[in-house]
Amino acid sequence: MKAVITVIGKDMVGILSKVTTLCAENNINIIEVAQSILQEMFAMIMMVDISDSKIPLANLSDEMNKLGDSLGVKIHVMHEDIFNSMHRV
Amino acid sequence: MINTGDILETIRMIQDENLDVRTITMGISLLDCIHPDVDTCCRNIYDKITKKAKDLVKTGDDIEREYGIPIINKRISVTPIAMIASASRGKDILKFALTLEKAAEEIGVNFIGGYSALVHKGFSGADKALIDSIPEALSQTERVCSSVNVGTTKTGINMDAVAMMGRVIKKSAELTSHQNCIGPAKLVVFCNAPEDNPFMAGAFHGAGEADCVINVGVSGPGVVRAAVSKANNCDISEIADIIKKTAFKVTRMGQLVAYEASRRLGVPFGIVDLSLAPTPAIGDSVAHILEEIGLEMCGAHGTTAALALLNDAVKKGGVMASSQVGGLSGAFIPVSEDSGMVQAARVGALSIEKLEAMTAVCSVGLDMIIIPGDTPDEIISAIIADEAAIGMVNGKTTAVRLIPAIGKKAGDELSFGGLLGSGPVMEVNRFSPSKFINRGGRIPAPLQSLKN
Repeated sequence: MKAVITVIGKDMVGILSKVTTLCAENNINIIEVAQSILQEMFAMIMMVDISDSKIPLANLSDEMNKLGDSLGVKIHVMHEDIFNSMHRV
Repeated sequence: MINTGDILETIRMIQDENLDVRTITMGISLLDCIHPDVDTCCRNIYDKITKKAKDLVKTGDDIEREYGIPIINKRISVTPIAMIASASRGKDILKFALTLEKAAEEIGVNFIGGYSALVHKGFSGADKALIDSIPEALSQTERVCSSVNVGTTKTGINMDAVAMMGRVIKKSAELTSHQNCIGPAKLVVFCNAPEDNPFMAGAFHGAGEADCVINVGVSGPGVVRAAVSKANNCDISEIADIIKKTAFKVTRMGQLVAYEASRRLGVPFGIVDLSLAPTPAIGDSVAHILEEIGLEMCGAHGTTAALALLNDAVKKGGVMASSQVGGLSGAFIPVSEDSGMVQAARVGALSIEKLEAMTAVCSVGLDMIIIPGDTPDEIISAIIADEAAIGMVNGKTTAVRLIPAIGKKAGDELSFGGLLGSGPVMEVNRFSPSKFINRGGRIPAPLQSLKN
């Protein structure tokens, strides 16, 4: 089972490290990372494997939201199915 | 990996363009709760609703957090209460409304629909008692929604019921005048009412439905408007195509949520209703889509044509995206809930007559329109009759949800707050239809009904 974590906001030192640390602590494997600049905003997208995660996806989402708030960026955690269903016929 | 552009598009839709699942509505049949003793029947109803729907709100919240899609409302629809109350001959019928309220409060849903009667061809059992009790029921409860079906293409229009509903709407407003006349905002008068509609206030669980189902209503006027605004100067068929593609994506999301909710709750999936349901939030407006298509103001000449295109394109995109489409499916035009409509009504671009024309091509009808508090009952009934006639002849659902603003006149403002919004009081045509309404009887079914 995979999920997509996106970080959108102002670029700063240590964002990647903080997000990946939170993943590692919960036994979540990072499969792929991509980043781009969208309308002058920093956007990082991570595909992660949540099959062996220690916590349910809903809780991970809450944790990431909290982390995002503390860093002043928006972090979304979404199940990959949402993208597969919306963008593929 | 999933395309980066697709991921960012989805996030933009949710964050900036108000994409959401408007409602997960659990339809619950109350037919097995029927009992000649009112109190026993009410206990059966309370027990069944609180048992079937006990995990509804939690499941909705879990899906919201895992998929990152806002799910705004969790709601319940039940079998029309007039059917259930027939066994007790309509005695103490208000107890049913209070029971629904209590069950809704226990589960934590903000609306429960089904304090309803289907009287399109005539009254039976407890129908009249229920209709008479609607004003009291709406003023004594917060969450209970009521609807009455007064006509169908197959049967014609029950004009006795139409006459009654004018009085009921007015009285509902009077009894809740201290609460901004909220009563009639929870009451819908239908022609061709759908039995699987997940949207309030008109949701009820039809007699032909399964014991318990999950219906999902998706929304997204803001997403459609944003997509159209990026189109620049393309021709109108391209606009239709853009709307269709956007509706497809939005509905796919609804379908996913519907499947997931039905799996987790162990309840069969009913339908996805792919309606563009506006909210008072800025940018979440159907009127603004029409303006984006090229009208200076919603209500200008051309509005009906633009709305017809919008409604049709939404359906086409949605039908491809979901295995089961139902409910109302199209574009809603509730005036007070749509910031663009409110603005158009305030400056005089949008009148009730134009809205009536628009209802011939949209998915519902005259919705959330605030009229002067001194509007005679017969005029309200006549507006219902006109609307029902449009639905009957065109074989579509039409509905009327009018709010007489007690003590206010045309040009004043009335505010309900929340999703119901606020808006200006709109003037009605004051010439009297009184003799026509008071004749009673039935408008015969139109020729279109004789298809056998």
